Amino acid sequence: MTDSTTPTPEADQTPDKGTALLEFRKVNTHYGAVHILKDVDLAIYPGELVCLLGGNASGKSTTLKTLLGMVTPTSGDVVLDGEIVNDKPISYRVERGITMVPENRRLFKRLSVLENLQLGAYLRSDKDGIAADMQHIFELFPRVEERLGQKAGTLSGGEQQMVAIGRALMSRPRVLLMDEPSMGLAPALVQVNFELIEQIHEDGMAIFMVEQNANMALSIADRGWVIQTGRVVLDDTADVLLVHPELRASYLGGRDER
Amino acid sequence: MNELAPPRQILDQDWRRILQFGSLCALTLVFIALIGMPVQLDTRILIRRHLSLGYLSLIWIPMIMGYLVSKELVLEGIISAKKGPRDLLAGALTGMIGGAGLSLLAVLINNFDLRDPLLNWSPQTLEQLNFGNGIGFGIGIWLLIGGALGIFGSALHVLPALTAKAVGVALMTVALVSILETAITDLLEGFRLTFITDSLYAKRGGLSVVSTIVLVVFVALVTVLAAGQGDALRVKYDALDAPRRKSANLTMSFAGVIALLLLPLFLGKIMNELLANVGLFVLLALGLNIVVGLAGILDLGYVAFFAVGGYTTAVLTSPNSPWISPELHFGIVILIVIVIAAMIGLAVGAPVIRMRGDYLAIVTLGFGEIIRLLFLSDWLSPYFGGAQGITNIPPVDLGFAEVKGSDPRSVFYLVLFFCAIAIYISWRLQGSRLGRAWMAIREDEKVAEAMGINTVNAKLMAFVVGAILASFSGAVFAAKVGSIFPSSFLILVSIIILVVVIVGGMGNITGVIVGAVVLIGVLGGPKQPGLLQELGTFKLLIYGALLVFMMLKRPEGLVPNARRSHELHQEEFLQDAWLKGIVDDDDEEVTA
Amino acid sequence: MTAVGVRSTRRVSWVDRFLTTLRIVLIALIVVGLLAFIAQQIDNDNAFARRRNPGATGLTAAQVKGLFVTGVAQGAMYGLIALGYSMVYGVLGFINFAHGEVFMLGTMSGFIASTKLSDAGYWESNFIGSFLLIILIAILVSTATAVVMERVAYRPLRDSPRLIPLITSIGVSFFIQNAVLGLFGPNSKSYPQLPEWLAKNRTILTFDIPGTKIMVLVVAAVSMAGLWWVVERTKTGKAMRAVAEDKEIAALMGINVDRTIVLTFAIGGAMAGIGGILWGLSFRSVTHLTGFLPGIKAFTAAVVGGVGNLGGSMAGGVALGTAESLGPQVILEPLGVKGVSQLRDAVAFTALVVVLLFKPAGLFGERLSEDDRA
Repeated sequence: MTDSTTPTPEADQTPDKGTALLEFRKVNTHYGAVHILKDVDLAIYPGELVCLLGGNASGKSTTLKTLLGMVTPTSGDVVLDGEIVNDKPISYRVERGITMVPENRRLFKRLSVLENLQLGAYLRSDKDGIAADMQHIFELFPRVEERLGQKAGTLSGGEQQMVAIGRALMSRPRVLLMDEPSMGLAPALVQVNFELIEQIHEDGMAIFMVEQNANMALSIADRGWVIQTGRVVLDDTADVLLVHPELRASYLGGRDER
Repeated sequence: MNELAPPRQILDQDWRRILQFGSLCALTLVFIALIGMPVQLDTRILIRRHLSLGYLSLIWIPMIMGYLVSKELVLEGIISAKKGPRDLLAGALTGMIGGAGLSLLAVLINNFDLRDPLLNWSPQTLEQLNFGNGIGFGIGIWLLIGGALGIFGSALHVLPALTAKAVGVALMTVALVSILETAITDLLEGFRLTFITDSLYAKRGGLSVVSTIVLVVFVALVTVLAAGQGDALRVKYDALDAPRRKSANLTMSFAGVIALLLLPLFLGKIMNELLANVGLFVLLALGLNIVVGLAGILDLGYVAFFAVGGYTTAVLTSPNSPWISPELHFGIVILIVIVIAAMIGLAVGAPVIRMRGDYLAIVTLGFGEIIRLLFLSDWLSPYFGGAQGITNIPPVDLGFAEVKGSDPRSVFYLVLFFCAIAIYISWRLQGSRLGRAWMAIREDEKVAEAMGINTVNAKLMAFVVGAILASFSGAVFAAKVGSIFPSSFLILVSIIILVVVIVGGMGNITGVIVGAVVLIGVLGGPKQPGLLQELGTFKLLIYGALLVFMMLKRPEGLVPNARRSHELHQEEFLQDAWLKGIVDDDDEEVTA
Repeated sequence: MTAVGVRSTRRVSWVDRFLTTLRIVLIALIVVGLLAFIAQQIDNDNAFARRRNPGATGLTAAQVKGLFVTGVAQGAMYGLIALGYSMVYGVLGFINFAHGEVFMLGTMSGFIASTKLSDAGYWESNFIGSFLLIILIAILVSTATAVVMERVAYRPLRDSPRLIPLITSIGVSFFIQNAVLGLFGPNSKSYPQLPEWLAKNRTILTFDIPGTKIMVLVVAAVSMAGLWWVVERTKTGKAMRAVAEDKEIAALMGINVDRTIVLTFAIGGAMAGIGGILWGLSFRSVTHLTGFLPGIKAFTAAVVGGVGNLGGSMAGGVALGTAESLGPQVILEPLGVKGVSQLRDAVAFTALVVVLLFKPAGLFGERLSEDDRA
């Protein structure tokens, strides 16, 4: 039926990918009278790392908020595991495996690192599983274990990023949403950060990343979308996007993104 | 919006909603009964032999509840059903549940004694609930009354719009005419039109049944007949161009001022006393309006400036002043009052000006109390008289006339004079650079600072002007009453003025005046009775409830200015704009 | 404080100079007063003391200790009330003016309960049981009031500018005060007497303390400890702290923000209820206005200790109570102020101004939510 080589987002199932974990089907959102997202289609499949690229005010953060449940679409559907969850609260989605690492970390600065991690597992009640996951995070981020008792606000930017990711992982998500993970990090740390993200991906996690730093994002992603003024304008595999002429000009050409 | 679905089935009810509103109705009715309103207000007759204010305080609740339970939020895209018997039933049930609450209360009072602690768990209350008959009557009658009133309330939705409007207006008129009985009688007496009074009101107070019926019919007819006229006039007014409209406004204001100047001549002593009191509060409210409404500073210690004005006047004019008694003339005293009020305004304002809004509120509250305590203290009684205050403040000698407390008309004119000054100052400030600076500070203080506005000075100016206006009121108050005591300057006063400013409309001169006239006039001030003086003990309760209600439903006040209204309801405006179909279904950018 | 632009300090210099003068004057007054007091204590006929206040007689050690204990006990009650102000401000960023009324309702319900128990004879026969019962009732009433208040008057205003809920809370406060007046009448109501074995004086570490005050201190300490345990050690407490810091991200963790806010109000209300019982048993007399002054003073205590900071609130309360108790005699009287006991209330308000002038974030630092930090 289709002649493109990329899977159309409308399809629930594709032989090589399985059922989409999380989908947008023609989602529109408004802020008061202002139309933000316009007929956005997305699909995230298990185990893949996908990224949403775009400039300021392109609709990136609204997309994340809508995925999470902070914003309700005015039309269209947000589908989680085949279930339409448009007006379900955030806790509903978190329980079913969506978690976000917010922009600028946004840790609970006055709480300790340990308490931040514990709050990540707020909705869980399996003590053994929580303990095991915490161990796993310590293995991923040894520095975090060192600073368990410290107030989270006293950590460095890079360490805070680790705690933020760790906190998100504590809810044992199936899809990890990341809002501008490189924002506010020193350039030296950005590389390390993305390596970490790649590692988590390799462990099997599906990751949906919103990023301005298109270069870095596309270097580790499987697929990507580009969004402009609320509308998806490009939708392809990362390799294709990396060499896409328009993309090169706007986002990739010569400049280092901020 | 014009398409209505057919009325819903009579048994297709939202039972939960009925239960909610019904319980709320019952709780409110029981509460009103237990705080003693029916018993204490029974002395005020509204319609001779049939309706007292006491019963009205109960009756209006099931009516409102019936109205609310059938009220439906009209949403775009949802086709609402035409109102019919179903809604009447909903109203009836809501009212009945409410009435059942009262019936239950009657039964309980009959059988148990909870007099200690509940003061009004008394035979009088029971007597009232039973309408003087036995308990059986009481139980049944409230179910009936509740149901009937509930139907009436919801009927306002079912009747065609014009009829409902006519009924509503007629009822309001009757209520107004009976509430304003004292004022109207007084006024008509002044115009020598006592025959109207005699035919309207019964000999011992309250409207007569006949006049009520006549009034209802008359007003309803007028409303129906004049249906289109009011809107036509408004359209004409809006269509006027700027200069025409300005002259129209000017004529109206001029006429209003003339009326105001002539009014006291036709009123008796009591009414003039009321007018004078209202005037004092209008002056206070105008001052607080500048501080709260224009500059956005919540000064809860505002009464302190009132006190400063009063005490300064007392000390400088009274021969009994313990410290010095120069017995200066009022005119000179006013000038000194301005200076002192300004200084104290600066002294109080400087420390608080940089604080967060809510801290500022509490600190100014504290200052207000500190100043009152100082005036009250034995330590400073050699200067201010302590708890005994200062007495024997002489009347104001204006050369051609004397303004004294025993002649409230003269007081009113003096107050009017100061009010005029206050209105002028408020009006000029609002349109001035300073006024714009205040507006910017209200919007976003940091941005205002970044724009180069000296926010500290601007806010201090507001404080000082507010202080001066309040002290004017204090000075006149001192001369009027003839003596001054610290007990006149409780925090209560600040709060009541705040309620007036908010109910009237923050930042809006007309609104504030209307608010003061309505609230102080009808309910009364902290120590002064209003038109409904029977409400005396419940006055403060109503003020509190009013404040909460206004904040929840209409924070911009009764007579808002468009800008403030927009500020406070921004979300709703945006939603409405979207719902009204400005949204395209095509992929066009929407214009906000 | 500002993120935008540079604030020109040159322009506001006269205000700054005025404030600095004010600070200096205040410190000078306190120091001179203290010195005069000390001078008095050392030698009654000391010239320095005499010059300031010829009529002063100074205080005996027992009197000072007595005032101190009274101050601490009073302060503990202020502290319990302050917790409610502090918690609500920390989470929602506004002053719940009506919290004083939550306290008043606690003490009022305690009055009703204790009088009924006394009439039935249980008050004397089983004091401990009665005591626990009235505390339970007060906690229930105060908590219910706080929760209803939040739901009806404050939740709809969650997104309004911060002065709006404050003004609303003033209205709520007024309403409750006068509703109680209407329901129960203006007469002052008395708690029954405390049994002798509790009320008698005991000597602890050379301090001669009435039993009532010991009870106050013990109950306040236990409540504070309980609160600390809940807030620091339980999952719910962590959720409360998370919501207090950053509502949006807390929601991200799956925390039900609305429910947590209700819980905050509830716990604050419970503390005030306990404070109410202690107050009623200490002062024995209650009216509908009982909540007003302690409410304002408790808020002052919260600010003094650092708003949002629970330990700070309790410490602020104790500090304020002690200052109120000792201040008039120790500082004002030596300065020549007569009739100082009348000015006691003024001490609390002055303390508020003083703290805000010197250390606006409170003695122990404030803890506000992300959105409310100035």
